Amino acid sequence: MIKTYQSSGLRESNPTRAEGVLADLHLDLPLLTGLVLLCGFGLVVLYSASGQDMALIQRQLVRLALAFMVLFVLAQVPPAEIRRWSPWLFGTGLLLLLAVLIAGQIGKGAQRWLDLGLFRFQPSELTKIAVPMMVTWFLAERPLPPAWKRLAAAGGMIAVPVLLIARQPDLGTSLLVASAGIFVLFLAGLSWRFVTGMIITAIPAGWVLWEWGMREYQRDRVLTLLNPERDPLGTGYHIIQSKIAIGSGGLYGKGWMNGTQSHLEFLPERTTDFIFAVLAEEFGFSGILMLLLLYLFIIYRGLYIATRAQDTYSRLLGGSLILVFFVYLFVNTGMVSGILPVVGVPLPLISYGGTSLVTIMAGFGILMSIHTHRKLLPT
Amino acid sequence: MPTITIKDYLRESRLFSQRAVTAAIGVFLLLSLLILRLVDLQVINHEHFTTLSQDNRVKVQPLPPTRGLIYDRNGVILAQNLPTHSLEITPERVKDLALTLQELSGIIDIGESDRKRFDRLRQQRRRFDSIPIRVRLNEEEVARFSVNRHRFPGVEIKAKLLRDYPLGEITAHILGYVGRINQQELQIIDNSNYSGTTHIGKNGVEKTYEKQLHGQVGLQQVEVNALGRVIRILQQQPPIPGENLYLSLDAGLQLVTTATFGEKNGAAVAIDPQTGQILALVSKPGFDPNLFVEGIAPSVYQALQTSPDKPLFNRALRGQYPPGSTIKPFISLAGLETRTISADQKKFCPGFYQLPGYTHKYRDWKKTGHGPMNLLSAITQSCDVYFYDLAHQLGIDKLHDYLSLFGFGTRTGVDITGERGGLLPSREWKKRVKKTPWYPGETLITGIGQGYLLTTPLQLASATATLATNGKRITPRVVAATKNHDRDQPVPLEPPPATSLPISSAGNWDDVVDAMTQVIEGQRGTARRIRSNLYRIAGKTGTAQVFTVKQDEKYEEEKVSKKNRDHALFIAFAPIEEPKIAIAVIVENGGHGGSVAAPIARRMMDFYLLQERL
Repeated sequence: MIKTYQSSGLRESNPTRAEGVLADLHLDLPLLTGLVLLCGFGLVVLYSASGQDMALIQRQLVRLALAFMVLFVLAQVPPAEIRRWSPWLFGTGLLLLLAVLIAGQIGKGAQRWLDLGLFRFQPSELTKIAVPMMVTWFLAERPLPPAWKRLAAAGGMIAVPVLLIARQPDLGTSLLVASAGIFVLFLAGLSWRFVTGMIITAIPAGWVLWEWGMREYQRDRVLTLLNPERDPLGTGYHIIQSKIAIGSGGLYGKGWMNGTQSHLEFLPERTTDFIFAVLAEEFGFSGILMLLLLYLFIIYRGLYIATRAQDTYSRLLGGSLILVFFVYLFVNTGMVSGILPVVGVPLPLISYGGTSLVTIMAGFGILMSIHTHRKLLPT
Repeated sequence: MPTITIKDYLRESRLFSQRAVTAAIGVFLLLSLLILRLVDLQVINHEHFTTLSQDNRVKVQPLPPTRGLIYDRNGVILAQNLPTHSLEITPERVKDLALTLQELSGIIDIGESDRKRFDRLRQQRRRFDSIPIRVRLNEEEVARFSVNRHRFPGVEIKAKLLRDYPLGEITAHILGYVGRINQQELQIIDNSNYSGTTHIGKNGVEKTYEKQLHGQVGLQQVEVNALGRVIRILQQQPPIPGENLYLSLDAGLQLVTTATFGEKNGAAVAIDPQTGQILALVSKPGFDPNLFVEGIAPSVYQALQTSPDKPLFNRALRGQYPPGSTIKPFISLAGLETRTISADQKKFCPGFYQLPGYTHKYRDWKKTGHGPMNLLSAITQSCDVYFYDLAHQLGIDKLHDYLSLFGFGTRTGVDITGERGGLLPSREWKKRVKKTPWYPGETLITGIGQGYLLTTPLQLASATATLATNGKRITPRVVAATKNHDRDQPVPLEPPPATSLPISSAGNWDDVVDAMTQVIEGQRGTARRIRSNLYRIAGKTGTAQVFTVKQDEKYEEEKVSKKNRDHALFIAFAPIEEPKIAIAVIVENGGHGGSVAAPIARRMMDFYLLQERL
């Protein structure tokens, strides 16, 4: 086992001084480096996308600082502690979702926020972490792969918050929460027969969702994805303009702060959901490849940490969190480049905005905790 | 138990590793899909999207030229371009038009007529054209909208130059007006040159000189943002402004003439006989041309159209009136030239004339008769019998030929649109149009300017100018010079072609002019009341019948309704030694030429010849 540690490159037996300090702080150097580089790149793109808005950059810096703080704090908490929180956090998340729903019904309109006076809190963000924690906690109690009964119960734990969020309505977040839960099931060894069965049932389920589960604007987005020219000035406008931005970027891009699509305001939501298009326009295909490599490195490192984790809970949770991170990336880039419908999912760690940033960093905090709170097991 | 747990642990660990590898493969495949998509967009279709991006960004905008200004002979501005603000809506960019209009009217006063015009224009224009909902906003309204503009996408304030006619109805019948380009005009005009232009000359000088006034369109390539706002100009080719026009018109004379008419309807034309230039051209009543510039409200237009006074009708160019006795000097000249009469030869006037072999009596206006008449007294006292006889002796053919020399029966060719040619009857004309032969009695009444003979005030003025210059015929013109933007001084237009009438003896002119002088200066002259001590006038009065009096009835002014009362006419030129102004005046249903029309001409001559300033 010790051998394996050495081959991992951590060389805990003979750490350098810096690594020693980081280890004492329960931080993982490769992952941290990847995250800092990505956030730095994000700020550079955001500076251009916002039209050199220094005030906006400062606000984003504050959020980043807060997010890294959350990461740091969670990294200090041993996985066993986190495991104990799981049911409580999940319960709180459900109650808050219900509170939002009731507040929304009183306020007569869509509601995602709870106004806590000092700041506004989005309970659905909490569930992005609470749901995989809960499902993992529930499944890891018993040997894996899980029995059918447990699986059904876990399915319920996923479905309830997902439906509550979808009702808000927030398709993007409910999709991320659902995938977080499903990833746990998948990593827990869900039988392939079941996976195939799910895919087969997904088709009629999709139809049911289309007919009864979706709001008009959500259906619109899917239809527009299939044919953006259907409504070139309405919902299709986003996709058409972002495709133009990406396509006109070419191999090497138009250069930083020279994107005409973004600077002349043809591109909507250019600092938030569509920032990927700004990047593609200004830095071109080569810039995008750099970005994707950075993401790939972080995902690789996350999966590695999960694989090396010492207990099932840590493994499943870590694996699920890093895969959700990928879902963020893929859903966002997919929608911006026009292969997925426009659902409100930000480009992780790059899009302007605080809530998802904190959630994502919390996830990485947990990953770091998993990796740095290792016990030397007897051989 | 612990061993089992460890066994489970190992198995779970292996299971997880398998799943993690599967997930990694999934991640890899999906990322590959994404990269393929990006290659598709950024490499394979790069050119296509670059073009789209350029199209998004760069727009070619026409730069409409500013329309040329119009001045009178003294530099008084007659047509100018005033900067005004209008509130315009682009229907395509407005989601809920009704709601937008409703909210807009909360900020800016939008009247019923504004809405109607908006609806009407919306039918005519393209969806992406902006359409005015309110014109001529004041500064406060501009400010009020500017504060609220974020609430109204697709609504904007446009500053533009609007054609303005400071003298309004005084010059309406000369300048005409500009209006929005309509569908028919769109077919004719050079669309590229008019690509930024919204208005076009509809009639009058504005139409005749449209080409010079309009200028050449410029172009600019601009970078625009998504809202269509221009960010910067990439390239520019400036427009060439339209040429300024300098009219021979004297705005003061025009004003005085209009004022002298008072409430009466009619027309007056003054020409410089030496050059053919029009000094004044009045048609009463006029109308306000400024109403037409931004689209006249249908109700206002309806009122103008149906008014019994016909304010839109250009009497000076299109009004065709029997010339009455004002034709007599021209017929006299025909008589002298053909040696049908001599100036001293006397005819006896018993108060009526009868054709040999007919019982019908052609009456003189003076029932008791004028007694023995020579040319001088016949013109001075306007004896009808003398001219019945002269016309009879000349015959319709000669009458027609000589009158046509003076331009009767054909358009003068003036540079104002809409002119009509009057009517100079002939045997051939009557056969063709009326399908009947010419009767001798018709020759007689033509001799006193009645019957089929019709002339326009412009024709009469032009013919009078020819009398004043012993036969110089010049096409009348109102524009004297033009100036394009890179010149300092106006350049006079090529003078219109002038011809001389084939009149053999200068003495014939003198006889007629002497007689016309006596109309003013003679004891019994019909216009003796307008005699001036400062210059000498030659003139001839006329009274044109509108209403035909039966053989044994007497025309009584009081008994005839106003509409059927005689038209009063007067032609004159002055000073007789070196004529500077030739005038024709007609006052509709005014009664007698000497008492009604002549004083207007006198006022005009006073103003022009004595350089009286306002």
